[in-house]
Amino acid sequence: MMKHRSHPLWKAFLLHRISGLALALFLPIHFVILGLALEGASALNTALAFSDLPFVKAAEVGLILLLAIHLLGGIRILILELTHLSWDQQMLSRSAFGLSAIIATIFLWSAL
Amino acid sequence: MNSNAKTLTVTVDRFDGDTHYQTTHEVPTRDNQTVLDVVTWIQQHDDPTLAYRFACRVGMCGSCAMNVNGEPKWSCRTHVSKVVSGDASLSIAPLRNMPVLRDLSVDMSEFFDKWTQAVGYFVPTKTKDDPLSEITSDDRARAKANQSIECINCGICYSACDVVAANDAYLGPAALNRAWTLMNDERDGARQTRLDAVSGDAGCHNCHSQHGCSTYCPNLLAPASSIAGLKRQTLMNLLPWGPSDD
Amino acid sequence: MINARLYLMQRLTAIAMLPLIITHLVVMIYAINGGLSAEEILGRTQGSIGWAVFYGSFVLFAAIHGAIGFRTILYEWFVPNITVCSVASIALLVILSGLGLRAVYAVTWL
Repeated sequence: MMKHRSHPLWKAFLLHRISGLALALFLPIHFVILGLALEGASALNTALAFSDLPFVKAAEVGLILLLAIHLLGGIRILILELTHLSWDQQMLSRSAFGLSAIIATIFLWSAL
Repeated sequence: MNSNAKTLTVTVDRFDGDTHYQTTHEVPTRDNQTVLDVVTWIQQHDDPTLAYRFACRVGMCGSCAMNVNGEPKWSCRTHVSKVVSGDASLSIAPLRNMPVLRDLSVDMSEFFDKWTQAVGYFVPTKTKDDPLSEITSDDRARAKANQSIECINCGICYSACDVVAANDAYLGPAALNRAWTLMNDERDGARQTRLDAVSGDAGCHNCHSQHGCSTYCPNLLAPASSIAGLKRQTLMNLLPWGPSDD
Repeated sequence: MINARLYLMQRLTAIAMLPLIITHLVVMIYAINGGLSAEEILGRTQGSIGWAVFYGSFVLFAAIHGAIGFRTILYEWFVPNITVCSVASIALLVILSGLGLRAVYAVTWL
């Protein structure tokens, strides 16, 4: 009964919502870690040492991917809602996703 | 009748006022058969208690919309061959997001009430003694309205919309689309009232541009674009420097 | 659920964050090279009014933007009660801006 959701722009909506929610829930952790600098550089370094663990690194790549998806998907929505440009939304959302994957790949390449 | 006695298995979501249940029917296939033909065959040959709506049979009245294999469609102009491939069966259910009265008939009162809430009606500014407004076909506002008129009030967009499903109050794509056509009617005298009506908690800003409405509108209208237009107009109306013209 | 004013705030913060996010992405790709270290991060940010303004406004825009979005998601998917969602949304706004500004302070002035 959910076949009405099987078109590209519904999936783009879902991706935008999930990425936004995940970023909002990640931010407090991000801020707490950076706040460790209050206790000096060594406290921050202890926390940052975890970023060498492979799964933390994978999570970081995931976060960059989510940020890029939310950024580029957001630009698509701004174009749709706030401008008169009638560009093909499906093409835009596919391009946004593709470009997000490229950005995350560049980040991964830089991290390795 | 066509030469071979092939049949199609059809499952119908039923409701008798108390309980929801399903019935299954073997319907003889015919060339160029529409979903409405199938439903009518079931009611005339298999189960006379089946309740459903239709009137014109040619895609003008907007009364025969239903969920066909999980997608909202106008049944009179949906060919079975387009929605069923091979030996697959056909499932028919009432539209979503509206209370079911019986079987395939839904209560559309709220759907129509929301048209009124969105000020989806023309408010004249002239009397019969005034000269007629001259609106040429290349008028910019008229061209914008052109993309949104010809709505037949079938409720398909309303049924396809997940924002309506998640938020009972949301005015929905049909009412907002209608509001957009009137915002582009220079003869109309309720611009500010209408902008206020579509700016509240139930208004156009709830739309997530999922495009269910534009994907399924049988008349190929683009309510999602109309709603985006309303968003622009309401924002310009809010900004201190913004003219209320889109 | 969401009205014109909240929508406007969400879109304005989105537009304001566009250059900030792009810069942040570029800095992240640059910073992750060779691994993260406190010295590297703090070397960039400590005593820098420019980065403090950059990240301070980023935090506030993100907090407003995220809180409005969170309110809508909460309402549509989890708790269809506007009061509950608004309270939770304000809580998120306070948490995000509080922790965020604290982090900006931490990497700038200590």
